[in-house]
Amino acid sequence: MSANVPPSLFLLSGALLIPYLKGHIRNWYTIILPAVTFYIIWQLDIGTAWHLSFFDREIILLRVDKLSKVFGYIFTLNAFAAFVYAYYLKDPSQHIAAVTYMGSALGVVFAGDLISLYFFWEMMAIASTFLILARQTQKSLNAGMRYILVHISGGLCLLAGIMLHISQTGSIEFYAMNDRNWGTYLILIGFLVNAAAPPFSAWLPDAYPEATVTGGVILSAYTTKTAVYTLIRGFPAWEILIWIGCIMTIYGIIYALLENDMRRILAYSIINQVGFMITGIGIGTMMSLNGCVAHAFCHIIYKALLWMSAGSVLYMTGKSRCTDLGGLYKTMPRTLLFGIIGAMSISAFPGTSGFTSKSLIVEGALHEHLVWVWLVLEIASAGVFLHAGIKFPYFVFFAEDKGLRPGETNRTMRCAMGFMSFLCIFLGFYPQPLYALLPYPVHYQAYTLNHVVAQFQLLMFSALVFFLFLPLLKRTETISIDTDWLYRKGLSGFMGILGSLCTRIAHACDLIFIRTLPQSLNRVVKNPLTSLVTSYLKAVCKDRAVLDRFQFHQRLEAATFGPMGFPILLSLMLWLCLFCILMIWG
Amino acid sequence: MHSKQSVGYFDKPKNIKRLWIILYVICGLTLIPDFFTTRHTYFGIDGLIGFYALLGFVSCAVLILFSKLVGLILKVKENYYER
Repeated sequence: MSANVPPSLFLLSGALLIPYLKGHIRNWYTIILPAVTFYIIWQLDIGTAWHLSFFDREIILLRVDKLSKVFGYIFTLNAFAAFVYAYYLKDPSQHIAAVTYMGSALGVVFAGDLISLYFFWEMMAIASTFLILARQTQKSLNAGMRYILVHISGGLCLLAGIMLHISQTGSIEFYAMNDRNWGTYLILIGFLVNAAAPPFSAWLPDAYPEATVTGGVILSAYTTKTAVYTLIRGFPAWEILIWIGCIMTIYGIIYALLENDMRRILAYSIINQVGFMITGIGIGTMMSLNGCVAHAFCHIIYKALLWMSAGSVLYMTGKSRCTDLGGLYKTMPRTLLFGIIGAMSISAFPGTSGFTSKSLIVEGALHEHLVWVWLVLEIASAGVFLHAGIKFPYFVFFAEDKGLRPGETNRTMRCAMGFMSFLCIFLGFYPQPLYALLPYPVHYQAYTLNHVVAQFQLLMFSALVFFLFLPLLKRTETISIDTDWLYRKGLSGFMGILGSLCTRIAHACDLIFIRTLPQSLNRVVKNPLTSLVTSYLKAVCKDRAVLDRFQFHQRLEAATFGPMGFPILLSLMLWLCLFCILMIWG
Repeated sequence: MHSKQSVGYFDKPKNIKRLWIILYVICGLTLIPDFFTTRHTYFGIDGLIGFYALLGFVSCAVLILFSKLVGLILKVKENYYER
């Protein structure tokens, strides 16, 4: 059986049914829905397209190639695991938001044109906001508002770019962009906002840690990875991406090392990992692009696993700060095990999925003889182990025992984590099924003696540094200032300065135009001769007290024409003018 | 609920010492193959014995020290934005 249905539309229409279902049926429904979508994607033939006419344009809602399919697989696979994890959840609004979010992400991945891509892009931003708001705390409400504002700004940037691009090329099709102009630059910025590239990165660690337990798991996968997909599709081999990616890898590590909240640590490590992918896109060779896709695939799995493990701790203890946690290995050993598998995968330990995917990108840099890029990626690989590989499990599950004895999470959560852990290890030892899905043929063997030894050296000595420097890594009850400072504090400071400036201008206007000028004008107009003489006297007479004592103004007013002075003066002047004209022309 | 006083494996200093020894031994073991194999080098220096060990050690030490340094400026109290 084959059905050329856009998977996005299938999932989105599936979301409409959720409010009418209850209890276990609803939970099973949300698990089965992505599984069926996975099947739909699997049976789609390469080259299939689904068009729709829209204002004389061809909207392509379905463009099937190897790149869109592999992202489709991982998005639905992750959705399946996320809903198994979220089985305990009784809030249908979160399910609706999540399914809509996932459906829109699939919409972006299978969109063949820029208009439908933009439509799904914005839909994704809106749906994902509800996963943050659903936590229903003041902090999550504020973070959600900031999140949507950043994404709307990024979306508008994208829209402006798309409009310029269409007006320049006349085509709405989404393909690799080679022109360097304002249109493509704006599109690139729009994509980079969602990829959380600095300086547009602060929204991610600001918003994701405020999401619900399951919201965090779901959010970690889609927004940044759809951006990675669009960058692979639209901007391969753009050199600037190499440097942006390299900055992201180091930036993510530095901030993750500073953070105290375990979910903020994981949020920064997303930026670090996406940095690897963006570097791969910038290198742009077949090997690095393959690596980028493979890494996105594996990253979604182990990152979701890490967020699940952190979410389980948050769910059971209600705490997420490292300073409040510690010693949980005693009562949450299985969550610890799953967390460690995720941590080892993100660190690219041989035998885990990170090793077989990240190596392709690093190797891609080597093949192109990009020495500095390669060095940054190796340093970042060591740094990943430092912050996500050891710091996260160490401070949450080991470190100082805070006396928390929460017990294990529920069975469905553990099932989901077990499933993701299995995938991490399976793809670590046997990556061939994943390699077969990649856009280009893979001729790479990750498991060579030298490579395995080099990786072990890198990681074990990183671990040694962590424990030697442990006193320096002591957690403090702090947060770190990121670029969101500009719109959270800087903007309010700017508004304050602007406000006080406006008040001063208003005061000055009041003084000049309301209080002083009308009175002075009134005095001049009412009795111009008196005013003239008074001004003259004031200018001539050095001693003002003399003028005041003799009350010159009142005396002059009485002596001159009084209120009738001005009209008479005016008449005289007009008469004089008329006389002069007559004399000249006559 | 378990007892709050339960003593775990990592609460005993003896075990911590043992783990330190294991870590040093593993680090040492990872260096051994370098003496017997020749690595395909791209830049010359990456073929040195223990190159990746040194890279891991130095880069992590620098990352920690650098983050500590920038932390002096970037770290603020948790209620910083609510004030």
